[in-house]
Amino acid sequence: MNRALRLLRRRLVSSIPVLLIVIVGAFFLLELAPGDAADAYLLSIGGGDPALVQALRQSYGLEGSAGARLWLYLTSLARLDLGWSVIFNRPISDLILERLPNTLWLMGSAVALSFTVGSLLGIVAGSKPGSWGDRLLSTGSLALYAVPSFWLGLVLIVLFSVQLRWFPTSGIETIASGKEGLARARDIAWHLALPVAALGFIYLALFLRMMRTGMAEAWRQDYALAARARGLGHRRIAVFHIARNALLPLVTMLGLQAASMLGGSVVIESVFAIPGFGRLAHEAVAGRDAPLLTGIILVSTVLVILVNLAVDMAYALLDPRVGANEVAA
Amino acid sequence: MSELLASLRDLTVTYAAEQGTHLALDGLDLDIVKGERLAVIGESGSGKSTLALALGGLLPPETHIEGSIGWPGFAAQPQPGLDIGFVFQDAGASLNPVIAVGRQITEIARLHLGLSRRKARERARALLARVRIPDPDTALAAFPHQLSGGQRQRVAIAAAIAAKPSLLIADEATSALDTIVQAEIVALLDELVRAEGMTLIFITHDIALASGFADRIVVLRDARLVETGPTAALLGAPKQAYTAKLLASHIGLDTPPLVAGEPA
Amino acid sequence: MNVFKRLLRSPAGAAGLALLALLALAALCAPLLFPGDPLAIAGPPLTPPFTDPAFPLGTDRLGRNVLAGLFHGAQASLAVGLAAAAVSIVAGALVGTVAGFAGGLVDEALMRVVDAFQTVPGFLLALAFVSVAGASLAVVILAIALGAWTGPARLARAEVLSIRERDYVAAARIIGMHPAEIALREVLPNALPPVLALAAVIVGNAVLIESALSFLGLGDPNIVTWGSMISEGRNVLRSAPFLSIVPGIGLVVTVLGVYLLAEELADALATRKARP
Repeated sequence: MNRALRLLRRRLVSSIPVLLIVIVGAFFLLELAPGDAADAYLLSIGGGDPALVQALRQSYGLEGSAGARLWLYLTSLARLDLGWSVIFNRPISDLILERLPNTLWLMGSAVALSFTVGSLLGIVAGSKPGSWGDRLLSTGSLALYAVPSFWLGLVLIVLFSVQLRWFPTSGIETIASGKEGLARARDIAWHLALPVAALGFIYLALFLRMMRTGMAEAWRQDYALAARARGLGHRRIAVFHIARNALLPLVTMLGLQAASMLGGSVVIESVFAIPGFGRLAHEAVAGRDAPLLTGIILVSTVLVILVNLAVDMAYALLDPRVGANEVAA
Repeated sequence: MSELLASLRDLTVTYAAEQGTHLALDGLDLDIVKGERLAVIGESGSGKSTLALALGGLLPPETHIEGSIGWPGFAAQPQPGLDIGFVFQDAGASLNPVIAVGRQITEIARLHLGLSRRKARERARALLARVRIPDPDTALAAFPHQLSGGQRQRVAIAAAIAAKPSLLIADEATSALDTIVQAEIVALLDELVRAEGMTLIFITHDIALASGFADRIVVLRDARLVETGPTAALLGAPKQAYTAKLLASHIGLDTPPLVAGEPA
Repeated sequence: MNVFKRLLRSPAGAAGLALLALLALAALCAPLLFPGDPLAIAGPPLTPPFTDPAFPLGTDRLGRNVLAGLFHGAQASLAVGLAAAAVSIVAGALVGTVAGFAGGLVDEALMRVVDAFQTVPGFLLALAFVSVAGASLAVVILAIALGAWTGPARLARAEVLSIRERDYVAAARIIGMHPAEIALREVLPNALPPVLALAAVIVGNAVLIESALSFLGLGDPNIVTWGSMISEGRNVLRSAPFLSIVPGIGLVVTVLGVYLLAEELADALATRKARP
């Protein structure tokens, strides 16, 4: 466990410069965008005379140099103050905290679906590379990987909501249903089924392909031959020896795809009208709310960093070799 | 003494290569006697590893095999792992990197000997002690990368003999190790084979190493059998020019054998 | 040319090439077959497909010809995909080469920037860029490249690091070539093949991101794209689902063609590399 903790500390340290660069980038984005915090506040109170604007600017520190403004921005971020949303007229951190759980549910379920089903099908395809089933799954997954998720979402709506009426077309739960506990959870799951499928299927295809390639690669390794020489059955080797090794690159990919998945949820949440973090980004863009958009970018960056830390830990648990030579590195 | 374990007749193995086919073994006739220590010597590409894989039935499915391998020493077709143990060249690669050493051995004991989880673990521990791994209890939980090259090869040997096979095939089992460890591993193999009454097929490119403890030597070249005979006779008076060349290039006649075993 | 022959021989590669050739043809023929603005009203609104020979795939809510939109959309998709890939590869290859060659602090700083760009969700970055700079074709291309240049940068840097120590670079250094000259004349061309294999994947992703941006209404409003057609059709998803579904098929075909090609290209390069 010492090994994993050492790794955790190293990764935490290396993510500090990344976060700083993103914050500075976000600051420049805010500077470029028309309007500032004073304008936003004025808009929320219904306007004011130039003298008030001047006073506000002074009190917000907006009159200072760019360096001073950056310092102000950094210190307010350190207090977890992300600023004020123009279009919602509320603190941005409140808005994000309110919307984030919906997105985390959506993404978490999509990851769980794509990872388990993708790797299982990858095992099926990769246990006999070149076989009929393998070709079907490989080609099918490539085609699926080429599908834009928002379009898949619309197709699913047409099929399962409009035609078959199995699932609702939008929302995260039935509004004002008064449902509690398990009934509410079931209601949310029912609403999330299509969006999770739309977001998850693309990654399912990705994981399937990676697992398949990894398994084909692992079959060529000496330990696969050695396992055969020890008399182990084909299935036992495939599942116990080959799949374990082939799973490792998938875990890495999970971390690499975290950012892209967050981006994908922006579109999916818009398609299914899920009041989540991604839809908030779309609303921020539509309403030209630069502080809100910047806040979203910062929070999503932190989220991606956290996911990657978790992924690193998982990897260290799965691969005993990781971190063993940390002292040298 | 002369009870036959295996009998190979006109064994021909061809691989499908990028252009046409590649002949790996060409009309090999060979008898393997029960209890002997047979060294198969040849340069890379001579077909010696193909021979090892063919004996274990481990050739890839797309390989074309002609001729016959008979097993008069077994009641039925011998099973890899159960009847035939294998030790490969690179133990670092032939042990699964993400599975603890102990589990890789207990897996075999459970499969072939039908042992319970606990019994299999006891057997693995005993095997690790048998191959002289220091502190076998710790080694059970270790992963391959935590062991030295020599220790890994000892683990691989323990895995190979876990189900008490009567034939042990060592395919270049020591060539990835440095000279001192090499000698230790050869001594271990020699001792194990004697104690358990196993037949050993020792495949190597190193004629000096083989001459130290093999009863009989087979020389292969370009997929064909060049010469075979008892170690002393073959080393003393090679019939074929190639064997003589091989001997000349590897050892001066006064070089002491690496392993001080008495030739039987 | 060997690679090209190989592509044609493998069924997947040939299929990919055929799909892309078909698309390129559609894109090139669009102004000839459907002259005039595809955004202009051409007939009665919501004509179902296969009913009116003048509009084989029907018309949308405003009476615009769906088939014309499809052809012109191919143009937009291919143009954006190729341009975004070109920009990200040139930018990424430059940064990666500089980082690999300079080493030390410069390398460290550049790679942290690459890390940062890889950590921020690329789609959010594109959204932010478009919303600040305003939606136009050039801005969309840059916005996509903003999230895609890091892959080529990493690859180019790795290639440079591996090539840097090789003999001909050492030889160039001995005869007194300037490091920048070595980078440009010796190292960059050698690092290029694997970067090109990555290019195909970037084109595919760029097409997908462009469509998502247009779908959210952040594409160039003056040109027709498949994403904007899907978005437009979404308003009548219940009554006329084909309006959203048809342009999506165009997207799938394009991206599939690119991916098939990318896969074969990577395989071909891998075998070329494996050969001594």
